[in-house]
Amino acid sequence: MEICRQDDALQISDLDPFLAELLRQVPESTNPDGAPAAEARLFSRPSAEKKICAEWKSYVEPELRRLFRSATETVTDDLTQLNGNEKSLSNCILHIPIAHADAWLNTLNQARLVIAAKYKFSDEELNDHDRSPIGSRRDLGLFQVNFYGFLQEFILREISG
Amino acid sequence: MKAQCDNIFSMSAVNAGPLEKGSTSTVEAPIKEKETRGEEELDVPWQVVVHNDPVNLMTYVTMVFQRVFGYPREKAERHMLEVHQKGRSILWSGVREPAEFYVQQLHGYLLLATLEKVV
Repeated sequence: MEICRQDDALQISDLDPFLAELLRQVPESTNPDGAPAAEARLFSRPSAEKKICAEWKSYVEPELRRLFRSATETVTDDLTQLNGNEKSLSNCILHIPIAHADAWLNTLNQARLVIAAKYKFSDEELNDHDRSPIGSRRDLGLFQVNFYGFLQEFILREISG
Repeated sequence: MKAQCDNIFSMSAVNAGPLEKGSTSTVEAPIKEKETRGEEELDVPWQVVVHNDPVNLMTYVTMVFQRVFGYPREKAERHMLEVHQKGRSILWSGVREPAEFYVQQLHGYLLLATLEKVV
């Protein structure tokens, strides 16, 4: 896989089918359904005061949900470039417009937080970047967290000049 | 101060449109509707605290501090390191409304942030 800046877009090229599939899974990975810990992490408490939390839940949380959903929809649209390659073993290319960088950062962050909460990764696991080959769904989850983090780092480097 | 409002909980517009060209992931300034708190409550100083999170990248947290608070990179990095090493950092303190707005923006970026009364 190669990743570089091309004018007003980020280009991820030579994307093998496995990594392309992980990218396709970004939007659905943001879904916290069935995992209360993930839901609680995406919508964390703003205060120890009950009154503030109650107001927050009524007025702020719906707006946050809209914000997160909007970002995820932008990423989903960009990922349609990978459609048609599902059955192919050939490598493919993904262009991410720089204007979509914030949406990607947000969505990748949602996905990383949800996956980490679902599997309850420890600090040690999250900092172990030399982990052995993937042998379980949990290992794959950790690989996703690290891969999405790598993409975030690249996007951050490009948008911060 | 980047944005102020009289009551964040009465806001009626928070980035309702799609997050793409020309937009950012920050939450738009709420529109003032009505005052709901007494002066005494508003006068109590509040602080915006960011808590450590092993998932959020250090570079990402630094960028968020720069964007939300307008801090220069060095100051943003100092706060990021304080969060990382001490578990929390006080990013801002003052009256309640802007503090609430800052916390809301930080939650929009998925940071663990809380609003606390200064003791």
